[in-house]
Amino acid sequence: MYKKEENFVKAWEGFNEGAWMVEVNVRDFIQKNLLPYHGDDAFLRPATQRTLKLWDEISELVKEETEKGILDVETKKPSAINTFGAGYINRDLEQIVGLQTDAPLKRGIMPNGGIRVINSALNYYGYKLDPDTDEIYNKYRKTHNEGVFDVYTDEMRAARSSGIITGLPDAYGRGRIIGDYRRVALYGTTFLIADKQAELCNEEPPSMFEETMRLREELSEQIRALKQLEEMGKGYGFDISRPAQNAKEAIQWLYFGYLAAIKQTDGAAMSLGRVSTFLDAYIQRDLARGTLTEDEAQELIDHFTMKLRIVRFLRTNEYNQLFSGDPAWVTEVIGGMSECGRTLVTKTSYRVLHTLYNLGAAPEPNLTVVWSQNLPENFKKYCAKCSIDTSSIQYENDDLMRPYWGDDYSIACCVSAMRTGKQLQFFGARANLVKALTYAINGGRDEITGKQVGPEFAPCTGEYLDYEEVSRKFEQTMDWLARLYINTLSVIHYMHDKYNYESMMLALHDKHILRTQACGIAGLSIVADSLSAMKHAKVRTIRNADGLVVDYEIEGEYPAFGNNDEEVDKIASDVVKSFMTKLAKQPTYRNSVPTLSVLTITSNVVYGRVTGATPDGRKAGAPFAPGANPMHGRDVKGAVASLASVAKLPYTHSQDGISYTFSIVPKALGKTEKEREANLVGLMDGYFAEGGHHININVFDRETLLDAMEHPEKYPQLTVRVSGYAVNFIKLTKEQQMDIIERTLFERF
Amino acid sequence: MQGFVHSIETGGMTDGPGIRYVVFLSGCPLRCLYCHNPDTWNMGSGEPTTVSELIKDVKKYKNFHKVSGGGLTISGGEPLLQSKFLLELLKAAKAEGIHTALDTSGYAKPEIVAEILDYTDLILLDIKSINPKIYSDLTGVEISPTLNTLEQARKKGVDVWIRYVLVPGITDNTEDIQALADHLRPYPNIKRIQVLPFHKMGEHKWEALGLGYKLHQTQPPTEKSLQSTRKTLLNAD
Repeated sequence: MYKKEENFVKAWEGFNEGAWMVEVNVRDFIQKNLLPYHGDDAFLRPATQRTLKLWDEISELVKEETEKGILDVETKKPSAINTFGAGYINRDLEQIVGLQTDAPLKRGIMPNGGIRVINSALNYYGYKLDPDTDEIYNKYRKTHNEGVFDVYTDEMRAARSSGIITGLPDAYGRGRIIGDYRRVALYGTTFLIADKQAELCNEEPPSMFEETMRLREELSEQIRALKQLEEMGKGYGFDISRPAQNAKEAIQWLYFGYLAAIKQTDGAAMSLGRVSTFLDAYIQRDLARGTLTEDEAQELIDHFTMKLRIVRFLRTNEYNQLFSGDPAWVTEVIGGMSECGRTLVTKTSYRVLHTLYNLGAAPEPNLTVVWSQNLPENFKKYCAKCSIDTSSIQYENDDLMRPYWGDDYSIACCVSAMRTGKQLQFFGARANLVKALTYAINGGRDEITGKQVGPEFAPCTGEYLDYEEVSRKFEQTMDWLARLYINTLSVIHYMHDKYNYESMMLALHDKHILRTQACGIAGLSIVADSLSAMKHAKVRTIRNADGLVVDYEIEGEYPAFGNNDEEVDKIASDVVKSFMTKLAKQPTYRNSVPTLSVLTITSNVVYGRVTGATPDGRKAGAPFAPGANPMHGRDVKGAVASLASVAKLPYTHSQDGISYTFSIVPKALGKTEKEREANLVGLMDGYFAEGGHHININVFDRETLLDAMEHPEKYPQLTVRVSGYAVNFIKLTKEQQMDIIERTLFERF
Repeated sequence: MQGFVHSIETGGMTDGPGIRYVVFLSGCPLRCLYCHNPDTWNMGSGEPTTVSELIKDVKKYKNFHKVSGGGLTISGGEPLLQSKFLLELLKAAKAEGIHTALDTSGYAKPEIVAEILDYTDLILLDIKSINPKIYSDLTGVEISPTLNTLEQARKKGVDVWIRYVLVPGITDNTEDIQALADHLRPYPNIKRIQVLPFHKMGEHKWEALGLGYKLHQTQPPTEKSLQSTRKTLLNAD
């Protein structure tokens, strides 16, 4: 029907026809209009004058922001799609427009998550919430946070405060939901609203159960959000009710979809999705028509990227401690292969990476290359070059994920793959498995406070730890933890759906979606090393007056995780499998499918701080290794052994992702630039062939980081990748900076 | 067959082509003044390891070696010191189709070198100086075995990468560098010449071992001096 309407005829002219013309099906559009690119980077163009001038203006604002903490914040009106009218940085220069509030870098408030965190964040930065707004959210409008605490049990509260379950999204937006923003460009809002109305379907249902009502209410909310999105476009002078007709409009429309989402929701991670290869079809069509030049194409991508670099949310100080550097996880998936074997690498894959040169290195957007052994060799080399020059890219194994998630998945946050527009996850932060181990030893008591947090069972009483006994008790502790963890997450996501529903992002999903209950673990390498120490060396317990084991002494040596040692690596894999198996047994909210990640982001430092000494020899309060990394300095056989150990962790049992952060000095990669590129490509091909899932690549010298700690003003754009995302190094806390410097930096050459 | 292994580096990317599994054998007859691994001098300090254990471990990395065109590099210490073990290790590696490189000073008897070369794809040959006096002052041994190794490699058609450490005041004499360039010119099997700057990163190890470090006052070479040395040596081939 749409094919014949003028707006659609005009917008779709020149594209190859397909199912995408009669139903919402972006993947089909990409497959029909894909132009794979096997060439090199020679076609890329430098930044235009307009780009440089605009980036200068933004850089000045960011500098001011870095000094002040935040540049400005709205203190009265809660942020929604149309709270603010149109906002600009410099209207004469901006090719892609739209701001979260009425001024660049000014942050909005989203109290539906919880009013206390808004107050606390505002106070931290020296602002005060408008008294009327405060009153409304305290007296008249319930929040997600309030709902959660109405339902939490004593055990949940105890586990939360001891830190065995931690980082839970019970006071901030859960995020990890990715709207398929491409739909806005390809179809326009009229089509999408009609589609949602058809899904709502006004036929009388056989019965009105809670589930039916909830779905109907959600679809109605989604339709409302789409109408608001259309309204927002009008405010900027664009009619996005119709589909985009050219590349500039496509980028603008798509960005509006994303912008509406980040105006409405301050989720912990607000990924962009997988847009570059989609946009390539539009750019390609304009180039062929002669209505766009390569310089202009790059300019559009550069300007779009600038917008993604200034996404900001208001966070509390505690949140910053966990995830420092102001991350928004604007994750964009680049590359990969399609199911039929063609590469999804296009010229726009290059254009997006090229922003790292035109605008300099940056942590956002979170550029994520999905790597396949079959990616074009030229593209592999270009990625390696970008990594060596900017340390701003993370890589994930497309060959591993494609069989699970198809060829149009996006990455939520850092490592979590989901079919775009067809799947979401209930973000579950992570369980501190190291504490589970010390609870197993101490009969469910917390090793720091001595409080009975877990169930009271017989503690280990011997002077030396017995591997069999501890393993058995650890299993029991994980049984308890898995149930408590899933129950806690059910409470959180029930309340989040109820009080803080993300209607804009969900409007850009199908009606029926797969939900995963994404759990996580922290401290895997410590657990593996601890068990290995008990098995292969002797671990003597040191108790306080109360009989609580508070420290350990190791006699002898033990194989540590990260040396490609079969035995200890198997312990690590078995722990992942065992915990996942326990999670999979639990009933979940909305029948979500439990999954697991091995990921900590920067919170490995904070988790370490709240965790006592461990049987691997780690001292109380010392940081964990990030994600799935081996512990600092214990991987003594070099980089490749470390990669091989991590690659063994089973993705089957950790489908939410396994994060590894790899740092190496440039000289250790080879003598010449070409050798370094080739060797880095080799490392990734090898790691992914072994079954590795994710890798952050950092290439820098220790001296650079030390100098940046001393003279942050010299390094405004120094970017460092940490478990699953990238940060501006100078925005990290001193403790986190030291952690990165001391973390295994492979520097043998 | 057992040998003494000082350590393993699975991610070597500067000791031969591609990603290398580097075995550092312990024991060295040289006493180079700038040695940055004096902890490898004593053979007894190594871990007794068998050829089959090592080969089994190297094979774990075949994916990495395959994709990067890498392989096994045997370094030290001076690997030729444990010549019987070295020979067995190289034979076993070749039988598995693994690319082999030997990081050596070339200091060994000619008949030993001859046999070793049959199973070596690449020699990373350290020539400390072409000046016999400076060579022996610097290393405590004669230069002739090293030059003989180079000669044998030419005869057997084994590729060689030359390494030359530029130490200010000792090996930066322009005449010596020119003489080295002249010496290397007739060797078509030399595929690469690397000039490495002297550094003092091993100094703390000397102190830890209670050894007197004589180059305490020596500074790393200037970039200019490195450039001119490279120019002289690289024009040689």
